[in-house]
Amino acid sequence: MTLAEILAGLFPEGHAVTVADGLILGHGPRPGGGRVHVLGIAEGTPLGIDGALALAGRVLAIARSGDGAPILMPIDSASQRMSRRDELLGLNEYLAHLAKALMLAEAAGHPTLGLLYGRSAAGAFIATALATARLVALPGAHPEVMDLPSMARVTKLSLDVLTQMARATPVFAPGLDNLVQTGAIGAIWDPQRPLAEQMEASLAASHPGGDDRDRLGAERGGRPRAAAIAERVAAQVAGRA
Amino acid sequence: MTPAFEPEALSWYEGSARQRIAALVDPGSFREAVGPEERATSPHLALFDLPEQFDDGMIVGQAAFKGTPILVAAQEGRFMGGAVGEVHGAKLVGLLRAAKSLALDVLVLFDTGGVRLQEANAGETAIAEIMRAVVEARLSGSRVVGLIGGRSGCYGGGGLIAGCCSALLVTEQGRIGVTGPEVIETNRGVEEFDARDRALVWRTMGGKHRYLIGGADRYVDDGPEAFRAAVRDVLAAPGRLDLATLDAEQARLERRLARFGAARDATDIWSALGVAEAPAVPGLSTQAFRAVALGRESAHDAR
Repeated sequence: MTLAEILAGLFPEGHAVTVADGLILGHGPRPGGGRVHVLGIAEGTPLGIDGALALAGRVLAIARSGDGAPILMPIDSASQRMSRRDELLGLNEYLAHLAKALMLAEAAGHPTLGLLYGRSAAGAFIATALATARLVALPGAHPEVMDLPSMARVTKLSLDVLTQMARATPVFAPGLDNLVQTGAIGAIWDPQRPLAEQMEASLAASHPGGDDRDRLGAERGGRPRAAAIAERVAAQVAGRA
Repeated sequence: MTPAFEPEALSWYEGSARQRIAALVDPGSFREAVGPEERATSPHLALFDLPEQFDDGMIVGQAAFKGTPILVAAQEGRFMGGAVGEVHGAKLVGLLRAAKSLALDVLVLFDTGGVRLQEANAGETAIAEIMRAVVEARLSGSRVVGLIGGRSGCYGGGGLIAGCCSALLVTEQGRIGVTGPEVIETNRGVEEFDARDRALVWRTMGGKHRYLIGGADRYVDDGPEAFRAAVRDVLAAPGRLDLATLDAEQARLERRLARFGAARDATDIWSALGVAEAPAVPGLSTQAFRAVALGRESAHDAR
């Protein structure tokens, strides 16, 4: 689905969402009254220091407003912008700042919902969609940590071998289903059903009482050990304190 | 005869994760959680015919620091470059959740190239969980302090986790970034970044540059005594995370972009910060560097 189709589905009565320089900014009405803030990344744009700062500034303004309205974050991005300038100026701080802003807004009463509708990768994915309270996706979305050719260079395995392995194991291969299995993506929306209803349902489910991604990863089989290990570390530390 | 391990003589850069912890906290006080005897290995590396390690390259537990209980995590850069896999990441998640419930401060000894590609999806998800756990621990009042001075630096998702910490301590050899030099060169070409130019790497991502632009709070020598002194300082300062903190960080990062956004090289930034002999900075001793760094951009508590 295109962003325009998605926005039309989310807000049948119209919206005030625009895209400029690859960034999505605006808001739309909720069925029962009130609004949803919409901010994200469009057109497969890489996320650099400038974009991260613009998005974070908007998130903090929303948190300051205290209107309690949810934040929807649609994402179709590349990876973080890979450049000498971005690294020179401290891209890690800019991306972390955006992630912290999203989590602070959530703590201040603004439910946050990521909507992956295109590509996303690596640091751009972590600082946006993966920093929301709940992340959903539309069919056709394509998240990845690193593309297979680059991964082949780093792991020193041939592309043929990696491609074959990718069919058998979800744990390293790019793709939507594989990140559903790790628990990173909570649910996949059905494009045949009204998106507005699905957004309301996802918002209602976005405060399950803590981060449940490791538990989902165990249930779905993509991360068999994470939840048990985290629980065991916490229990051992608490038992000795 | 093998000489006994001398904690005070440890080079942070050369040492192992366990040596760093032993040298940092009160002697004999560290108690590991889910230690190597539990054989908590990666369930994924066998697919690649790669060796496992019984701690998966992450050591976590509790200790005392100057007599006060504290939690500690250390990445082992000698195992897969300290890369974050499922188990590696989950141990830190568990420790940070304990920090929140026990209201304890946490020291994170980074040494990582980022996500472990052989289990990329599990590692990436773990990074997101760690960042959330850092933020939640900080929101409930814990300080999370990052120590950076290992061989693998602090790259990829590690750089993003570091950016969520309440304070960062860095050595000259410590490098902080998101995209490593080789990956920039692979994707954008050698004209954009020559990864073999080590001087370029150090001045773009190294500890002195990060300290000068406010990307790190303390610049320390490569040994345990220097790290201990800096940890003691930052644990005495506020580590709060609230809207005022992030508003201040927004202003700090906007200011950096406005002041230095057009700079081509780190030396241009250092000159603008009032360093008279910018090209000489990489060769300066700690004492001489601190003297020329007085005009640096400070992070204050805006992190």
